[in-house]
Amino acid sequence: MSFINLKDKVVQVKIVYYGPGRCGKTTNLEYVNRKFRNQIQSEMVSLKTHGDRTLFFDFLPFDMGQIKGYDIKIQLYTVPGQVKYNATRKLVLKGVDGVVFVADAMEKQREKNIRSLNQLHENLQAYKESIFKIPLVIQYNKIDLKDHGVPVLPTAVLRKDLNSRLRVPDFEASAITGYNVAATLKKIISLTVVSIQKKLL
Amino acid sequence: MNYGIVSQEQLEQIDTILSSKLIKLGVDCVIIIDMAGNIITAKDNGESKYDVYSFAALAAGNFATVDAMAKLVGEAEFSLLFHKGKESNIHFSKIDDELLLISMFGKEISLGFLRLNVVEAIEQIRKVWEGNNV
Repeated sequence: MSFINLKDKVVQVKIVYYGPGRCGKTTNLEYVNRKFRNQIQSEMVSLKTHGDRTLFFDFLPFDMGQIKGYDIKIQLYTVPGQVKYNATRKLVLKGVDGVVFVADAMEKQREKNIRSLNQLHENLQAYKESIFKIPLVIQYNKIDLKDHGVPVLPTAVLRKDLNSRLRVPDFEASAITGYNVAATLKKIISLTVVSIQKKLL
Repeated sequence: MNYGIVSQEQLEQIDTILSSKLIKLGVDCVIIIDMAGNIITAKDNGESKYDVYSFAALAAGNFATVDAMAKLVGEAEFSLLFHKGKESNIHFSKIDDELLLISMFGKEISLGFLRLNVVEAIEQIRKVWEGNNV
């Protein structure tokens, strides 16, 4: 749940990047951290293993400017993607306002994407949230790999697998090159802020 | 529970409690956060320059982890969470199921004295908070 401080006129919004292991959640945040450096006052916090895998979460706060006199503070989190870390994934999802589901477009990851999305559904239910109601954007990441001869699923297939029932905004992207990373972020921020406004009215 | 919005008046009351009970005592910085990692309010002695937003995210994660470990060993919760360093220390205390009070303080304050004051501050904050939810 977003927290609204009426005294200092600040709204804190929590957006979580969710997805299977090695799909590029941290890479998304790293790109945002580089690209929007002038809007970010603090350092990105990463809790990772020696092998550079996310252990608990990454955290990146930044200011989005004002809406109706309120400062909007966006707080981006990632979850650890590895299967064994579901307990920590659940903890990070607490109080979430909006979710970006990062899918791995590589052919061999097809099943893992579906499993991870199903688990997101279950984990949100534990907090009495619904994947059908929460602001959600899907990103088909690693689309650049097809230029390097790696078999990548066509977007139509990914869409059918992951977004046929949800019907949320989705993007092809490449977190490593930055393609559509900002577009994904802008979309989830606007969906989330609109949903918070609706809740308040 | 509607803890998402707090009135200006309540925040001011809470800030006054934090100032009079903890900052006056010599605590460097006090933060109230929710379990999702949002900052409800932060007060400092005017000298400390902590990145409170990152701190809140990490503290919420830390507390949630300890809570989960407590459940694994059959405890309802570990009521004392305290990190001791050479120069500075961090003390965590639960206000209720959703809120956490974090105090950062130096070596000149004893843990026992701090805890006594934290308990009193929390009692007062709860009263302000309950006023919000009736």
